[in-house]
Amino acid sequence: MGVAMEGMIRLKGLSLAFPGVQGLTRVLDNVDLDIAPGEFLAIVGPSGVGKSTILRVIAGLARPNTGTVEMAAPAPGRRAVSLVFQDARLLPWRTVIDNVAFGLEKLSMPRAERRRRAAEALTLVGLGDLVDRWPHQLSGGQRQRVALARALAVEPETLLMDEPFSALDAITRESLQDELIRLRAATGRTILFVTHDIDEAVHLADRVVVLAGSPGRIVATHRITEAHPRSRGQGRAADQAKAIRASLDGEVLINGAAT
Amino acid sequence: MTLPSLGRSIAAPVFGLAVLLAIWEAIPGLGLVNPAFLPPPSTLPAAFLRELASGQWTLAIRNSLGHYTLGLAIGVLAGIAFGIITGMARFAEAVTSWVVRVLRPIPGLAWVPFAIIWFGVSPSAAVFIIAIGVFWIVYFATHGAIRAVDRDLIEVAEAFGFRSAPERLLKVMLPAATPGILVGVRTAIGQAWMAVVAAEIFGVAGLGQRMMQASSLIATDIVVVYMLTMAALYGLLDTLFVRLQTWVLRWKA
Ligand SMILES: Nc1ncnc2c1ncn2[C@@H]1O[C@H](COP(=O)(O)OP(=O)(O)O)[C@@H](O)[C@H]1O
Ligand SMILES: [Mg+2]
Repeated sequence: MGVAMEGMIRLKGLSLAFPGVQGLTRVLDNVDLDIAPGEFLAIVGPSGVGKSTILRVIAGLARPNTGTVEMAAPAPGRRAVSLVFQDARLLPWRTVIDNVAFGLEKLSMPRAERRRRAAEALTLVGLGDLVDRWPHQLSGGQRQRVALARALAVEPETLLMDEPFSALDAITRESLQDELIRLRAATGRTILFVTHDIDEAVHLADRVVVLAGSPGRIVATHRITEAHPRSRGQGRAADQAKAIRASLDGEVLINGAAT
Repeated sequence: MTLPSLGRSIAAPVFGLAVLLAIWEAIPGLGLVNPAFLPPPSTLPAAFLRELASGQWTLAIRNSLGHYTLGLAIGVLAGIAFGIITGMARFAEAVTSWVVRVLRPIPGLAWVPFAIIWFGVSPSAAVFIIAIGVFWIVYFATHGAIRAVDRDLIEVAEAFGFRSAPERLLKVMLPAATPGILVGVRTAIGQAWMAVVAAEIFGVAGLGQRMMQASSLIATDIVVVYMLTMAALYGLLDTLFVRLQTWVLRWKA
């Protein structure tokens, strides 16, 4: 893989620790990771292993103690990355369309252009007719779609998603997963998707990275070559999920510290 | 709301008011109290028309509203500004923490002597007294509301590149704190009337002063006219404010 390719993210030797009661608590240990342009990469791992922390470092919300994040500067009118949180985190005082336009207000452009791009992003997630609703008038699934539209509106080189569907019911979750696959095919966007749900990772991603241990480090990488649409929990998908579980279990046994 | 329940929702308060007026009319009417000490409500319309015809009533309202609005505006703006600063900057909070503890317990009325020494018996003195009372209410409401803003929403702003303090303030903190700030402003709208009367009792022209003049002449009917005038003005302002508040906060569930 070439260096500093357009739309690529390279994490080199990331380590991070939080000050705790008894000195520093190490959270990430020497994480190296390349995300190729256009790739759908999933990070799986148990809760507390440092998955969110990796995304926060890439998004510039946290600073690693050592290591670097390399990525190309975004084109004008775009962001390098944008983040979808586990809970939608819509701003309750903004209508749906104004929530989606939020990030565009930082990328200097006329109001009409902001509205156009926000409306476009909402159409993309299938909410074109809810533009003037308030967030409290939406279902959990709709709220998460708005959050996705808000992240898409800034046309990020890479879309970061932090367990974005884990708070939803199973039916809504599966329909949003399939929507995401469709969206990805339509936009070709690079996606870094964090989840603790192995089946979800296998269903969505081109490559699954397993993060385990305390401090968290990458213990395995699995390439998922099966074409979309993929069957859930059967055949190859089931085998791959099993293999990922095995690499997690092995790790947990070795460390003796399951979370 | 169904029609019968709407009828009931209007009928109940009207009934309550009618009972109050009836008891009030009966007490002096039955000779339980000298009518000069408690004027029955039936004498009030005539008293009101006399005040109105002499032009005193409108003049008093105009004077009172003048320093009321100015004092309220100054107190509200200063309270919001300082509340934001100490709510956002730990350093500012640390510096002011003991200043606030020392000054806050001083009742607004305790400032009257200084108000008169500094400004004389003038509308400015009334504005000062009103603004001080309003300031503390709005300051604490704003400070608390800014402090309580959800960290997660601030993080959303940061994730989309709004990193500077003014950006965080305008994009997230201020809108998120608005419900709390408005609760403070509404309390202040009521509290400021007390301050108006207090300041005017010391001689600043307005409703309170007119009330004192009438009471020294034992014109109790006029006193009651002004009491009701203040109640009505407060009721009107509070109603208008609640309308505005409901509209501003129409995004709330
Ligand atoms: N601000 C913080 N201060 C202290 N510890 C933190 C902080 N944020 C996260 N942690 C700790 O870092 C670890 C990893 O957190 P996180 O990245 O959120 O895990 P994950 O997303 O994999 O569940 C956890 O043990 C958590 O308790
Ligand atoms: Mg997490």
